Amino acid sequence: MKSLLDPCCERCTHTAQTPCKDYVRCLTEGPICHDDEQCKAERQRLLAEIKTEKTSAKKAVLFCTGTGCASSGAHSLIDLMESELKKHGLENTFTTRPTGCHGFCEQGPIVIVEPDQTFYTHVTPEDIPEIVEKDLIQGERVERLLYVDPTSGEHATTYNNTPFYAKQNRIILHNCGHINPERIEEYFAQDGYKGFARAIQEMQPLEVIEEVKKSGLRGRGGAGFPTGLKWSFAQQAEGDKKYVICNADEGDPGAFMDRSVLEGDPHSVIEGMLIGAYAIGADEGYIYCRAEYPLAIKRLEIAIKQAQEVGLLGENILNSGFSFNLHVKAGAGAFVCGEETALMASIEGNRGMPKVRPPFPAQKGLWAKPTNNNNVETWSNVPHILRHGADWYAQYGTEKSKGTKIFALTGKLNNTGLVEVPMGMSLREIIFDIGGGVQNGKKFKAVQIGGPSGGCIPEEMLDLPVDFDTLVQAGAMVGSGGLVIMDEDTCMVDVARFFLNFTQKESCGKCTPCREGTKRMLEILTRITKGEGKEEDLVTLENLAHVVKNTSLCGLGQTAPNPVLATLKYFRHEYEAHIYDKQCPAHACSALLSYSIDADKCKKCGLCARNCPVSCISGDKNTPYQINTEACIKCGTCLDKCKFGAVVRA
Amino acid sequence: MEWITLTIDGRTVTVPKGTTVLEACRMNDIKIPTLCHDPELTPAGSCRLCVVEIEGMRNLPPSCVTQATQGMVVSTHNKKVREARKTILELLVANHPLDCMTCQKMGDCSLAEYAYEYEVTGSVFQGEKRQLPLDDSNPFILRDPNKCILCGKCVRVCEEIQGKSVLDFSFRGFNTQVGPAFNVPYSESECVFCGSCVAVCPVGALTEKEMKGKGRPWEVEKVQTTCPFCGTGCNFDLNVKDGKVIGVTSNPEAPVNGRHLCVKGRFGIDMVHSPNRITEPLIKKDGEFVPASWDEALDLVASKLGAAKDNYGADAIAILSSARCTNEENFLMQKLARAVIGTNNIDHCART
Repeated sequence: MKSLLDPCCERCTHTAQTPCKDYVRCLTEGPICHDDEQCKAERQRLLAEIKTEKTSAKKAVLFCTGTGCASSGAHSLIDLMESELKKHGLENTFTTRPTGCHGFCEQGPIVIVEPDQTFYTHVTPEDIPEIVEKDLIQGERVERLLYVDPTSGEHATTYNNTPFYAKQNRIILHNCGHINPERIEEYFAQDGYKGFARAIQEMQPLEVIEEVKKSGLRGRGGAGFPTGLKWSFAQQAEGDKKYVICNADEGDPGAFMDRSVLEGDPHSVIEGMLIGAYAIGADEGYIYCRAEYPLAIKRLEIAIKQAQEVGLLGENILNSGFSFNLHVKAGAGAFVCGEETALMASIEGNRGMPKVRPPFPAQKGLWAKPTNNNNVETWSNVPHILRHGADWYAQYGTEKSKGTKIFALTGKLNNTGLVEVPMGMSLREIIFDIGGGVQNGKKFKAVQIGGPSGGCIPEEMLDLPVDFDTLVQAGAMVGSGGLVIMDEDTCMVDVARFFLNFTQKESCGKCTPCREGTKRMLEILTRITKGEGKEEDLVTLENLAHVVKNTSLCGLGQTAPNPVLATLKYFRHEYEAHIYDKQCPAHACSALLSYSIDADKCKKCGLCARNCPVSCISGDKNTPYQINTEACIKCGTCLDKCKFGAVVRA
Repeated sequence: MEWITLTIDGRTVTVPKGTTVLEACRMNDIKIPTLCHDPELTPAGSCRLCVVEIEGMRNLPPSCVTQATQGMVVSTHNKKVREARKTILELLVANHPLDCMTCQKMGDCSLAEYAYEYEVTGSVFQGEKRQLPLDDSNPFILRDPNKCILCGKCVRVCEEIQGKSVLDFSFRGFNTQVGPAFNVPYSESECVFCGSCVAVCPVGALTEKEMKGKGRPWEVEKVQTTCPFCGTGCNFDLNVKDGKVIGVTSNPEAPVNGRHLCVKGRFGIDMVHSPNRITEPLIKKDGEFVPASWDEALDLVASKLGAAKDNYGADAIAILSSARCTNEENFLMQKLARAVIGTNNIDHCART
C-alpha cells in the first residue's frame, strides 16, 4: 500500500463500481471484511503518517496555502523547502504539506512543523534553509520566527500557546490548516465521511433529521433558522426529484470564513451535503460558489472528483441504493445571489433576482423542485453532529444557539484573522482576548457585526454574548460572522455611508424601497459627511430607513438600513455634530477638516512644505509657513510630519 | 369550494381559499394601489405599493402575493401603511421626470393617480435622477427609460404572453434598467412590435408613438371594433377624437385576444386616414390610372371576365379572396366564382 486509498490486498474489492458498505470505516479501522494483522498494520502506518502524530516516523512541515498566505508567496516556500530537503538528502525523512488557512492571516505566510506544533510566522524564502538546518536537522526551534505575544513579549512555543488560538474552539476549522485539502485520504484520516457512513448505514432519513434537530444547529448564513426543521420541510414536500444546495456566495465585506472552509476542508461540506441529501431524499446538489473564489472552486472540483473516484458521490453510494451527484456552479459577482431565491434563479441561468415567497424553496425551489439550501458553514457542521451525536454538539454554545461560530476579524485590531469560538462568547473576549485589541493603542469605538445587514455595536455593549437572538435585540445580527473593528478615528456616519454605498450598488433593483430607498439614504449620508446635512435630514433618514426595512422584498433590502439605524441609535451625536456643528468628531470626513499652521509654534523648518503632495504650503526661513486652504487636499501629511505640533487640524 | 373568513379593516369578509389578500380586498371594494400587479401575469411583488399590515406578520407584507388565511386580521389603510405607501411613491416620483403636462400618459397614469391620492409632494427626496437616452428607433413605440418605474410588467408580458422574452432587467441598484439584451434599441432587437408592453405599462415609459400629441384620454371616444387585418377576429378600441381615428388601444374585455394584438392591429390603423388610400375605382387608360364610376369599373371587369371565359373557358379564371374581407364577402366571392363564372378556382390568402 502506497496510499490509504489503495486496497490492502486482493481481498479488498471496493471500487466506485463495486461499492462496499464498510468502505469508510475500513480505511481507518480496517480491514473489516477479512482479518489480517499485516493489512491492518499497513493501514495504521499510513494513517499515522498522515495524522502526523507524535508516534509518526516523519516530521511534517505544513504550509498554509489559503488565499492570504498563498498571495504572500507560500507556494514558492514549498518549492524551496522541497529542494532544500533534497539538497540534504532528507526528502524521505520529512514531508511537506500544503494546507488550507490557519486563520491567523495577520502572521502569514505561516509554516507549522508537526508534531511539535511549532508556529513560524512571516516566513520568507530566506528563512527556509534555517528552518531545515536548525529545526528539522538539529531539532531546535528557530526562535526569531516564532510568534511573539504583543502583551507579554514572549515567544510562543506552539500555536496552541498563543492567545489567538488558546481561547478558540476549533471544530469546523479543525482540519483547516492541518490537512492537505487536495487529498481525500487526509480527510479520511481525520474521521472524514464517518458521519455520513453512520447516517446511511444506521439511520433512517427521519432519524437523521431528528438528530440534527436535537443538536440545535441553526443556519450559519445569517438568519439562524433551525437547520433540522428546514430539512424536514423539504423532506415532507412531495416530489420525485429534490435538490440540495450549498450557498457559497459569501459576499459581505470583510467576511471570509466560508472561503477558508472551502479552501481548507472542502470534503466537510461535501459530507454535510451527502447527509442532508440522504435525509431529505435529494439525489442532486449544487454548490453555488462566487467566482471571486477561484481557489475554493478549484479545491471543490478536486474534492468532488476524488469523492466520485472512491464512490462517495455517484450511483449506489456504499452499496446503499442512495445516489447523489454534486455540481459546482460559479456565480457571476452579484451579492444578492446569496439570497436563496436569487441564487436558484442564477443556477437556472436567469438574472439573479429574488422571488416572492410562497412558494418556498422547500416546496418549489430549483427548477420548481423541492430544494434545501444551507450555507457552507452550516453544511460543514453536519458531519460533526452525525459523527459525535447531537448531545455532544449541543454541549457547545448557549441554550438557543448551539455549537461554535466562525468569525472573520478585520479592521483596526491587532490579530486579524479567522477564529472559531463557542456561541455565547462575549464580543469583548473575541475582540480583546483573541483579537488582541485595537491597533496602535487607539481607543475602541465600535464593532460592525453581520456585514452590510448588521449593525454597529458600541463599547458599552461589548459584554453581550454573541448568539443569534441577543444581537438582533441590540440592532445587529450574527450574520455570516464578519466582525469589523473600528477605532476612535472611524467616523460612524462614514461607516453607515460605506455600507449603504455597498447595498445600493448591490441591490438587484427589483423592489422600489431597496432600489430607490437605499439611493436616497446614501445621498443623505453623503451630504452629511460633506457637511451639507440639513436639519430635517435625520428625521427623513430614520423614516426612510424604517420603510425600507418594513417593505423591501428580500433580506438585502430588509436589512440594508441596519447600519444606519444602529449608528443613529448608538452614535447619534456624531450625526448631529456633522449637521449642526459642521464637524466630524473622528476627524475622518475630509470635507469637514481644515489644516492651519500655528505661527507661534512654527520653527520654519519647512518639513511640512517639502512633504506636501500638492505644494500648498509656503514660507521660508524668515516667514512662518502657511497653508493655502484652497489648494489643500486635507491628506494630513503635514500634521504627521511636523515635529513641533505647529500644524492644527480643526 | 372551500371558503375562509378574515377581517379586513374591521370588516369580516369571506373569500374562496387560495385568494390573495389583494384579491380579497378587491372583491370587497377595498381599494389597494398596485403598480406591478397584473392578474394575467406571474405575481412579482416588486413595487411594494400594495403593502398592508397583518397581525402576527413582521414587516408590511405585500397583499398581492400574500395568501389570505382563516382568521387573518388585515389593516389596509392605517397610518403606518399609508405612510409606507406614501414614502414608496415619493421614492418613485423622486426619480421620475415631472413633465406630466406634455406626457402622453397624462390622465391614464397610475403613478400620477396614486401620487395624487397619497398627496405626494415630490420634494421629500431630492437627488440624482436618471438621464438615459430615449429609444426613438422605431415607428411604433416610444420608450422613455427615465419614466420607467421598473414594475417589470413589460418584461413579464413579453415573456409569459408573447413568448418573446425580448425584455429583461439589466444593471443593478439605482442603475437598474429594463430593455432588450445588450441595451440595443427596440428596432435592433427581436421585438415584433406587438405592443403588449405598451398595453401593460402603467406610466409613460412605453407609449404609442403615433398617438403622441393627438389626444388626451378624456377627449377620446373609444369605439370597440374588430380588427380588419386578418380573420382572427381580434377586438380593440379605436381611439376617436373629433371624428378621426387617432390610434388603437387594446381592450381587456376583447373576447378573442384580451389586451393582446399584433403589430398590424395595434399600429397599422393609420391607413384609415391615409392620403394614399384608394377611395374610388381607378381604370388604367394610356398607361395611367384614371378615376372612374363604379358602373364603368364593374362593366369593364364583367366584360373582361366574360371575354376570358368565352375565349379560354371558365377554368382559365381564378379568384383569390382576402382574409381582410368579412365572411359574408368571402361567401359572395365564392358564389361569384362557382355560380356566376362557373369555376372552382377560388382561394384565399390566409388558407395556407
